[in-house]
Amino acid sequence: MRMLPPPDVPGAQGATAMQDLLRGLWKENPTFVLLLGMCPTMAITNSVRNSVAMGVTTAFVMILSAIVVSTIRKLVSHEVRVATYILIIATFVQLADILTEAFIPDAHKALGAFIPLIVGNCLVLGRQEAFSSRNTVWRSTLDSIGMSAGFTLGLSTVGTVREILGSGTWFGLRVMPANFEPWVIMNLPPGGFIGFGLVLLALAAWTVQQKKRAAVRAAIERLTSAEGARAPAAAMAGEGAR
Amino acid sequence: MRTHLWILLSAMLVNNFTLVMFLGLCSFLGVTNKLSTAIRLGLADTFVLVITSISASILNRWVLTTAPYLRIVAFIIVIASMVQITEMAVKKWSPTLFRELGIYLPLITTNCAILALAIFQTNRGYSFGEGLTFAIGAGAGLTIALVLMASIREKLELADVPAVARGTATVLFIAGALSMAFMGFAGLMSAT
Repeated sequence: MRMLPPPDVPGAQGATAMQDLLRGLWKENPTFVLLLGMCPTMAITNSVRNSVAMGVTTAFVMILSAIVVSTIRKLVSHEVRVATYILIIATFVQLADILTEAFIPDAHKALGAFIPLIVGNCLVLGRQEAFSSRNTVWRSTLDSIGMSAGFTLGLSTVGTVREILGSGTWFGLRVMPANFEPWVIMNLPPGGFIGFGLVLLALAAWTVQQKKRAAVRAAIERLTSAEGARAPAAAMAGEGAR
Repeated sequence: MRTHLWILLSAMLVNNFTLVMFLGLCSFLGVTNKLSTAIRLGLADTFVLVITSISASILNRWVLTTAPYLRIVAFIIVIASMVQITEMAVKKWSPTLFRELGIYLPLITTNCAILALAIFQTNRGYSFGEGLTFAIGAGAGLTIALVLMASIREKLELADVPAVARGTATVLFIAGALSMAFMGFAGLMSAT
């Protein structure tokens, strides 16, 4: 397929395929940065297995919807676009619901009502509106792959914190020492809020430290360059005096 | 009557939609800065929940019996159009109320609590009346959670929170504490 330059994308011009793919993974991570799709992030992250299952199901819906939305983007009139996107998403969600029930019944049972609720995940609709409706099929596919990978990463991070603290295991494997007393609260509903809060807090602390370090580095650089500028001047002054 | 009371209490307190079931978190985290908006949003939510419950009952009874695989699609279309119709009706009949609700009315469509209500109601096989009670309970529960959160956050404005924890992280910890408090209501279950 020929890559056309995007005609009407504000701010995304000249983004390479790699940038499209990596955007969702870190810089615009849906969970940590955009804070989208909060409900599943807290509801089903009591184990890493559930988090990954939810991430993969959401990815299925998101990638397929992005492909369809970007394919028909020129046929949909502006007034009915959101309704159209919701309909497309709902169709794939229904498909995902039936497929998971048939092939991975345990995961379907564990995720419960949260599979149908992918329809209401603002991340999925938000990406269609913000990206797929304005970009080529190829770029939208890359973007949706990156975004769903970032979402899965976010879910699994929260899942990791909750499962290790709440059950002392990771992906069903024992990681904490045998005498570790599991924090039962992390498996219960409050653990969802607290676990995600901990992850966000750690991230904020890291960002602050990163910023401080950058500021110190910049200050050192300024000082050394100032010294460097002064040194030749001093040398010259010395020369003149001699 | 006993079942109705139980459904109401369960939806409102024991299985509070926001604090125990994690539904409608976007508005819970996003629009709880001020108490007055929180109350208004809670009432608008309740109103839409009731309408959704009625439409879901009708759909389940007469439309979806032959095509259960169209459930999610049918629910979302009906909810979206009901919200749209409500918005137009409110705008026509009570411009004051419309101005007060503002952006919250259309936003409710994407609130997952609404779709969840329709799905739970179907899965549990509630009758028309039971569904209505469930919707009122769920709406009251949402309103309680929003009001509690907003009142705490209004006080929090004056508190000296460390710079690192400011923002979403603090709100999440408070929500965790509220959720813990609501776990106490689980005792109601054995009492009845």
